[in-house]
Amino acid sequence: MTALEHEPRSAGRGEPLVVLTDVQKHFGSLHALKDIDLTVTSGEVVVVIGPSGSGKSTLCRAINRLETIDSGTISLDGQPLPQEGKALAKLRAEVGMVFQSFNLFAHKTILENVTLGPIKVRGLSKSAAETKARELLDRVGVGHQADKYPAQLSGGQQQRVAIARALAMEPKVMLFDEPTSALDPEMIKEVLDVMVDLAHRGMTMIVVTHEMGFARTAADRVVFMADGAIVEENTPEQFFTNPTSDRAKDFLGKILKH
Amino acid sequence: MEAFINEFPEVLQAFGYTVLLFLCSGVLSLIGGTILVAMRVGPIAVLNKAAATYVTLVRNTPLLMVFFFFQFAAPKIGINLKFVDVHIGSFDFTSFFATAVVALTLYTSTFVCEALRSGVNAVPLGQAEAARAIGLPFSGVMREVVLPQAFRASVPPVASTLIALLKNTSVAAVFGVLEAAAQMKIMTNNHADERWGIFLGVALLYVVLVELVSLVAISFERRWRIA
Repeated sequence: MTALEHEPRSAGRGEPLVVLTDVQKHFGSLHALKDIDLTVTSGEVVVVIGPSGSGKSTLCRAINRLETIDSGTISLDGQPLPQEGKALAKLRAEVGMVFQSFNLFAHKTILENVTLGPIKVRGLSKSAAETKARELLDRVGVGHQADKYPAQLSGGQQQRVAIARALAMEPKVMLFDEPTSALDPEMIKEVLDVMVDLAHRGMTMIVVTHEMGFARTAADRVVFMADGAIVEENTPEQFFTNPTSDRAKDFLGKILKH
Repeated sequence: MEAFINEFPEVLQAFGYTVLLFLCSGVLSLIGGTILVAMRVGPIAVLNKAAATYVTLVRNTPLLMVFFFFQFAAPKIGINLKFVDVHIGSFDFTSFFATAVVALTLYTSTFVCEALRSGVNAVPLGQAEAARAIGLPFSGVMREVVLPQAFRASVPPVASTLIALLKNTSVAAVFGVLEAAAQMKIMTNNHADERWGIFLGVALLYVVLVELVSLVAISFERRWRIA
């Protein structure tokens, strides 16, 4: 963690990987995403913060089309997101997603949760997928739980399995949609540690979170959203010490006081 | 009761037909219901509408009318099962038997579909989202993640549907299949003074059969409980 603070990675070091251009999204009369332009480069860690209902989860979910958008374009590695079908499934395999509520497959063991994608989507043999899955489970510290069912694990353990499940697909980018918001305080750290480790290994990450500590230590860039629009983007240091917009000042004032 | 005991071999043979009708149309209904529910919850609007229309049309029609249709109306438009004529042991599988299986299957599939749909609705949306997020296509999402959990959640309603099917096989009595209800009618005609005993005996055998279906359902519920 300290190595990272001494040697912050430059945001522009990689090629553009995820590019959103003029994205609009409405939920009925609510303008959920307003004029979103965002480019995330390879190897970059972008943390999206903002008040509830600001559209940050919608943004995250739009990137692998779990939410459709009304207009604008989203492209991944130069390819625009396909509408539906096989092409969309193929693209989703390149994007890892970690949900607030873990969403581990309840009827499958931990090991089966991690091997399902590699076997069914990537076409790996069962043994190859299991070897890789056990490695990943060891890496996130739940290797000894491989034969249990999700309901038998704590929230923090489940979320680490969910991260391993996403990593097993060897994605180009990982999306985290409030990964620690459903966790007990004492379990938050174990999940954040895994995420910081992932950032260190150079994974491209888009993280929606309320964990300001994580934003400070692991992010290359902080994107602040309010009312469906991106209000401010900056390095974590600049953003937390010297926010430019009133909306961000107000938000930080409220959350950093205690 | 004497007639019931004396003619017990005939009763057993008749219940054999009941069980065979139940097993044939039960298995086919489970398959049909699964296909229907995949169409209903799937992303293709045309299939969606088609399945919904079929369910509304057939589920809202009395079973007796479905039988009437296949026995009397369908042959007029060229649909008949006259080619079915198989004999295995003491059992004859004729067009009457096949027609009964078709009618029971088409009817019961709609109920299986709705029972399974209640199971699909019980699977949290996040499960399907997570499956889509790892790149599974719709068929994979259904086969690997949603349906296995939906089946677990729908064991009780599907069991009720199958129990109804088991008893609905008695409608085939009117359409030329010598199953339990038909046998009972013959025996009550021949032994008018023993009707009470014959009714009781046949009813008890139905109770035993239905109880067996319940027990199978309970064992499935137990086996799948972990998740």
